[in-house]
Amino acid sequence: MDKIPSYKPFGKQAILIEWHQDIDAHVLEDMLRFKEEIQKERTHLIVDFIVGYHSLTLKYKENIFNYTDEIEILQSIYKKDFTAIKTPHFLWEIPVCYNLEFGVDLEEMTLKSRLSIQEIISHHSAKIYTVFFIGFLPGFLYLGGLDSDLFFDRKPTPRLKVPKGSVAIGGQQTGVYPSSSAGGWNLIGKTPINFFDVTKQQPCFAAAGDKIKFTPISLGEFHELEKEVAENKYSISKTLLHD
Amino acid sequence: MIKVLKAGFYTSIQDKGREGYASIGVPVSGAMDTYSSDLANRILNNVETDAVLEIAFGFCAFEFLSETIICISGGHFSPKINGVPISLQTRIRVYKKDVLTFGHNSFGARCYLAVKNGFLTAQVLKSRSFFQNITLQSLLSNGDVLPIGVFAASTDPSNTSVKIVEDHFESQKIACYNGPEFDALEAFQKEALVKQVFTISNDNNRMGYRLNEVIENELPSILTSAVLPGTVQLTPSGELIVLMRDCQVTGGYPRVLQLTNTAINQLAQKKTNDTFQFVLK
Repeated sequence: MDKIPSYKPFGKQAILIEWHQDIDAHVLEDMLRFKEEIQKERTHLIVDFIVGYHSLTLKYKENIFNYTDEIEILQSIYKKDFTAIKTPHFLWEIPVCYNLEFGVDLEEMTLKSRLSIQEIISHHSAKIYTVFFIGFLPGFLYLGGLDSDLFFDRKPTPRLKVPKGSVAIGGQQTGVYPSSSAGGWNLIGKTPINFFDVTKQQPCFAAAGDKIKFTPISLGEFHELEKEVAENKYSISKTLLHD
Repeated sequence: MIKVLKAGFYTSIQDKGREGYASIGVPVSGAMDTYSSDLANRILNNVETDAVLEIAFGFCAFEFLSETIICISGGHFSPKINGVPISLQTRIRVYKKDVLTFGHNSFGARCYLAVKNGFLTAQVLKSRSFFQNITLQSLLSNGDVLPIGVFAASTDPSNTSVKIVEDHFESQKIACYNGPEFDALEAFQKEALVKQVFTISNDNNRMGYRLNEVIENELPSILTSAVLPGTVQLTPSGELIVLMRDCQVTGGYPRVLQLTNTAINQLAQKKTNDTFQFVLK
């Protein structure tokens, strides 16, 4: 695998680092380790990092006057052996109620494929997904690893309001709406878990590199958990991952 | 404290925004035109990070519940204290029960109201900038009472007045750099980007400005990657979207241009049907 990234100026205060055009968990690992190493050595210069599927963008505090020099410094950081960096990653188990009350597009999806509702649910909840990055909305996880049987085109007309917590499929991706918003993905269920909560020390529990598994729950369980979450009594089941 | 008598169409608290939270998908936000908001704070000897009110489209009213000094900068919305017109870029002493109103617009799209030591609404993720699902409010409402910084009567009351760069409101030239996908464009498309006079559509807000003129293209969409305030996206239908301060942290449309910070500030003072040209640096 060609892992050597390329560097481009992005305006006067940012550098875009790109890997090959692919959604690849190895690239993600390489990117996250590189990010850690840059954070260690250039933290005084950088205000923020933006991770994409195959890109890492560094936002600088000040204008970058000499891109060539800065890029050379980054390249030399990349040459270092940072494979030893191990950021702890977690597997999070997210309860999802796939009841038709929330999975309002499930029936239509069975007409567009050979799958039954039960098969869609079991395929969706069997996989372990990788969190590539968070974008679009605060707490919106871009997940990789959707079963190709579950690729469904986005809806031709987006809904003006998709409820918070909706679990959905759009093209080759699956995700959870962290807040109610307009959206064109097919809705298959709903989770009572908050994916973004500014009152928490960590507003979003997940980070790039973590894993997500969806666990089916009944409508009754959904309402119980919804109450526990509202009363701050629920903690998401998580497992520390070793690689 | 300041009471909101009439909130207007789009009035929000803004400071320098939130840096450092892109990893959880949080936009930068902050004043759309930082040139004007910084100026208002500087005239009051405030610190740069003090929060100001950003008023778009005027027609609002505020009552002071305590005395302070204020400064208004940015677009001109006929500001008056108790019915008497006041100047922009000027320190103005206000007293309890004074009423400040903003009316019709003579230039610019947004104005900033700074008060001594800033507005003290809740800080969330290190910023007071309003943003949906982050701060409790995303817009001001009638009847809101806004806490403000302490004002000591000994503070120099002289009416310092500062001249502004007129170009800031009048310039038709929006300076930018090549965006990351600029080189994916054909020569004639690159030429169209800088030759075309663009018009701001009525779909323009703190997240972004859509433009009326199109650049036909066959560019493939990109794998979702970073976008920044000032990024110009080109959609498959040829529409251009200039992202502004409240934009998402990532996007999937090709990024053809990147505005300078000065250009973002200048565009923030333009409104529906205003025209401009991109100028490559």
